[in-house]
Amino acid sequence: MNVKDINPEILARQVVPPTRLPPDQTLLDLLYYMKLTRELEFRIERKLYRQGKIVGGVYVGRGQEAIAVGSCINLRADDVVCPSHRDMGAFLIRGMSLRTILAQYMARKTGATRGKDGNMHMGDLKHNLIPFVSMLADNVPVAAGIGLSFKMRGQDRVALCFFGDGATSRGDWHEGVNMASVFKVPVVFICNNNQYAYSTPLERQMAVENVADRAEAYGLPGEIVDGNDVLAVWDAATRAIERARSGQGPTLIECKTFRMTGHSAHDDAGYVPAELFEFWEERDPINKFERFLKERGIITASGIEDLQKRIHREIDEAIQIAEKDPFPDPEDCLKDVYYEES
Amino acid sequence: MALTTYVEAIRQGIWEEMEKDERVFVLGEDVGIYGGAFKVTAGMLEKFGEWRIIDTPISESAIVGAAIGAALMGMRPIAEMQFADFISCAFDQITNFAAKCRYRWGAGVPIVVRGPSGGGVHGGPFHSQNPEMYFVHTPGLKVVCPSTAYDAKGLIKAAIRDPDPVIYFEHKFLYRRVKEELPTDDFVVPIGKASIRRPGTDISVLTYGAMVYNALDAAKELEREGIDLEVVDLRSLLPFDKETILESVKKTNKVILLHEDTRIGGFAGELAAIISDEAFEYLDGPIRRITAPDTPVPYSPPLEEFFLPKVSDIVYVARELYAY
Repeated sequence: MNVKDINPEILARQVVPPTRLPPDQTLLDLLYYMKLTRELEFRIERKLYRQGKIVGGVYVGRGQEAIAVGSCINLRADDVVCPSHRDMGAFLIRGMSLRTILAQYMARKTGATRGKDGNMHMGDLKHNLIPFVSMLADNVPVAAGIGLSFKMRGQDRVALCFFGDGATSRGDWHEGVNMASVFKVPVVFICNNNQYAYSTPLERQMAVENVADRAEAYGLPGEIVDGNDVLAVWDAATRAIERARSGQGPTLIECKTFRMTGHSAHDDAGYVPAELFEFWEERDPINKFERFLKERGIITASGIEDLQKRIHREIDEAIQIAEKDPFPDPEDCLKDVYYEES
Repeated sequence: MALTTYVEAIRQGIWEEMEKDERVFVLGEDVGIYGGAFKVTAGMLEKFGEWRIIDTPISESAIVGAAIGAALMGMRPIAEMQFADFISCAFDQITNFAAKCRYRWGAGVPIVVRGPSGGGVHGGPFHSQNPEMYFVHTPGLKVVCPSTAYDAKGLIKAAIRDPDPVIYFEHKFLYRRVKEELPTDDFVVPIGKASIRRPGTDISVLTYGAMVYNALDAAKELEREGIDLEVVDLRSLLPFDKETILESVKKTNKVILLHEDTRIGGFAGELAAIISDEAFEYLDGPIRRITAPDTPVPYSPPLEEFFLPKVSDIVYVARELYAY
């Protein structure tokens, strides 16, 4: 993709601008969770991973923080989230602790999967968070089934299901979205369209222009928003959640964004033209939102500094605890394959 | 008392569990209005309504995926594969999502994935397969293959109540060919327990599914020659009843492993290894396997007949092993 192909005017024509604003406290929460996501992933990718404290893969969502944060902030505790691999904000908003997340990345017994699985493959029914598996889009039929169970029992709960642009090439995505739409279940499908699936650019992933275009084939609304505008994401997600909750069925929201890293920590993304990074750097979702909040007088520059300090402190404390957490016992390998009477 | 067929036994088992537990529901292709391709869910739409007997699009992966999602929310879904052959389309959801949830994050996935397997009805390569070993090789799953109406009912009930994912293969050749009188009480057959269909002293035949009947027919024929077969119906392949298997082998000292599935990577190989590991000293002859050949299941009657293990194969191998 060339820079001219992502001319901001074209982007501006496609996207739906926000029609309303959340209350001030929500605005501040959005900023906190976006900045917390950014800093946490920075520590994970640039510090702990490079220090050899995290083994295996590390995948972050730098530049995409607005998407999970903007869409999850309004959920009820009994709603369910099926995140994908660049949605750290979802875990934070749902209440998974920093210590649990860091222990998960450092393969400790106190991590969300007790060392059984790594990185963002974490979840907890207590937080109504369903963990992602590496077979992309497997969570789409699962989310359809979660929505189905709500509908069967007459519950007004909603499921949010996240995936990337690449995942929409998989059969499970199409089977799941179709089934969700046929049954009109209360699910909101949210695509992080970050333009690259590992090294494969979007035009090698699909012959339609937008992921949202796929919605028409399955009879559900497809909406495009600027994924770097947290308020646009918040607005679209809020409408889609209300729509799902009121029994009108699923919605697909495509959030246009850009992956500001390689696929994973070992990938230097040398295949991405430098001007693309420059183009999107100027549209950084956190900088953009901070400017907006300052202009509105909702936060000051020193308020932002204080917030950053608080985030540093919270993460420092969590890292200290998680680093001292024990590794699992080797024989834990054999446990929990099946239900065990306790 | 009326005799109940194998297929009716499965239907009764599902029906009774659905009456007792409103979390139980069925989803699959043509299960509602049509009552299922083999009528396992006949009459259920009328009784339980369209939100408990759910006709789905032709999307096996989404059928199982949706069952997983509903199970995580506390439901007890039964996902029907119209033919067990089609379970390959749902392989990923079963082996990567369902099977690993408890291990990864402690969440049980109490789903049943069931479907008709097996040959003998001229179904050809895509309506006759025995796909059990793909799943036996996946820790986290349970795999059962009932051979009688009693077990079909008892195992479907056990599978529905089980806290882990159970793959339930019903043999379509047996659907209307085997029948028996069933007790009227609420019984289950525990997963992981074998059953000795015919006690014997000379050779143990370890088998499951439709091959149980071939083994019993062979035993009847050999009885006249004074060869006394013990026929052990495994019923569950994962977990399997190692205790009963080893006890039988230690008693007869000779063993034939029989299955309708193909040879390489079939369950017989695993059983042979276990017997060799744990009962080698008791063996008075080589462990013999009788299986389908390593080919797809062919369609034309002479080809399919050649493919399926026959009573005469068992008789031949048993005589040879008896004389060893």
